[in-house]
Amino acid sequence: MGTGKVFKYNDNVDTDVIIPARYLNDPDPKALASHCMCDIDEDFAGSVKDGDIMVAGYNFGCGSSREHAPIAIQASGIKCVIAASFARIFYRNAINIGFPIMECQEAAEEIQAGDMVSVDFSTGTIKDETTGKTYHADPFPDFINGIIESGGLLKYYKKKQES
Amino acid sequence: MGMTMTQKILADAAGLSSVKAGDLIEARLSLVLGNDVTTPVAVRVFEEAGLKKVFDREKIAIVLDHYTPCKDIKSAELCTTARSFAKKHQIKNFFDVGQVGIEHALLPEKGLVVPGDVIIGADSHTCTYGALGAFSTGVGSTDMAAGMAMGLNWFKVPEAIKVVLKGSLKGYVSGKDIILHLIGLIGVDGALYKSLEFTGEGVSSLSMDDRFTIANMAIEAGGKNGIFPVDEKTLEYLKGRTDREPKIFSADDDAVYAQTVEIDLDTLESTVSLPHLPSNTKTVSQVKGIEIQQVVIGSCTNGRFTDLKIAAQILKGHKVADGVRCIVIPATQEIYMQCIEEGLAKIFIESGCALSTPTCGPCLGGHMGILDAGETAVATTNRNFVGRMGHVDSKVILASPAVAAASAVAGEIASPDDLKEA
Repeated sequence: MGTGKVFKYNDNVDTDVIIPARYLNDPDPKALASHCMCDIDEDFAGSVKDGDIMVAGYNFGCGSSREHAPIAIQASGIKCVIAASFARIFYRNAINIGFPIMECQEAAEEIQAGDMVSVDFSTGTIKDETTGKTYHADPFPDFINGIIESGGLLKYYKKKQES
Repeated sequence: MGMTMTQKILADAAGLSSVKAGDLIEARLSLVLGNDVTTPVAVRVFEEAGLKKVFDREKIAIVLDHYTPCKDIKSAELCTTARSFAKKHQIKNFFDVGQVGIEHALLPEKGLVVPGDVIIGADSHTCTYGALGAFSTGVGSTDMAAGMAMGLNWFKVPEAIKVVLKGSLKGYVSGKDIILHLIGLIGVDGALYKSLEFTGEGVSSLSMDDRFTIANMAIEAGGKNGIFPVDEKTLEYLKGRTDREPKIFSADDDAVYAQTVEIDLDTLESTVSLPHLPSNTKTVSQVKGIEIQQVVIGSCTNGRFTDLKIAAQILKGHKVADGVRCIVIPATQEIYMQCIEEGLAKIFIESGCALSTPTCGPCLGGHMGILDAGETAVATTNRNFVGRMGHVDSKVILASPAVAAASAVAGEIASPDDLKEA
């Protein structure tokens, strides 16, 4: 799997900084991505590249239920968010839109901004290529893997309805 | 093993005799909610999935409250999308400008929530309905789309924190002070993935409006839901609003809690949250004198009639301080009308407040009171994150309606007890 450059943030990154409400009037993913993180990192949207990785502390995505937040991060090119913990609505939303997130306290603490990191979502393996250290994210319950494997919540329900 | 109140409601809605924390269940939904920001995304997901029908046109509520009356062309487009969907699927509980109120004040007022319901809403403050002994939680737009199609959704059964309220509130101290104090104690992720179950003798002294305020901000502690036991005040509130029978659940005596927190209401003081986290709490007496430029009294947290009544009592005979803008927003049309009929509207306008039609507006930095760099607002709203009410270099201090009104008169953070008799 390819490696991505790390953008690192602190604890309690809230959905108002991921995508401020003043930009929610345009739900187009590309438009959302162009403002992603602007209030705490105005360089993010201009410098993030496809396949890069976001790492943050505890309670990532707290605050509002706006699904625009994981949509904005996903559309910016970020491949995966690794955090010490996630706020629950963000966690649901990411799974429901099929956007990979990984919960791993050690990785969230130790991986530094600018490190090159590779992730294997299926096994939960995170490798910091810069330091050589490997981490393991907490695995998802089977039920949630089922949703992800179906390609999101609606496809999961559709499959269930048809079976 | 005994179950918490939340667990009992979820077990019932999943058709199970019992559940325990950590179980993944599928529950029937009593109501699915969305607003003008989240519904258009849900509509896109619904249509892209090729879904044709909603599960029950009477069990969906679409409330255009965030950017309305529309602030710009793009927000008008959002409303057009939501309006067309509501029309196409004959959504019974569709609320547009003229009938609309802030969703979490409006739905209980219209009798759309009864105890024992399981409600999801594509808005994080959906947890408000726990005040009525319902399970309700905020979700995203994809969950809303799935809920509208299927009438069910998946939940991980939460553990609970038991919050024991002792004594009774004194003076101007309110439900807002209780919830800010609690968030200060346990932190913005103190209840992550958990229920906050409020109990103790102090509950009975709380008005329904205080209970709505407290349940509303469970999310600010990371909570999945906040819930109150059903008592005579709950049943009294429901009278004349609905014909549906409440399903009353209560926690088992041997229910297991992850943690117990006690709050002594007798000694609780007026509390505020300083920037930029709701958990950054201080008592008003610790922070008096911080200069402010704006006051907002309203929102799904504190825009109900008793909130506005206490603000009006404090403002009566006073003037909003020079250099301060005070914006008052009744949460629903019914509350607005009550403000007119009972003379509150006159007090607000005579004291120099701007009185607005119901909208979420400034709370989320949408419109109707955006802050410039360097400005500070005292707001009865629910979040004080970086840039929440406008410029990235502006600040929001969260407070009760009483403290907000007193601060509007003083031009700085103030306690209502310090205001001279008008």
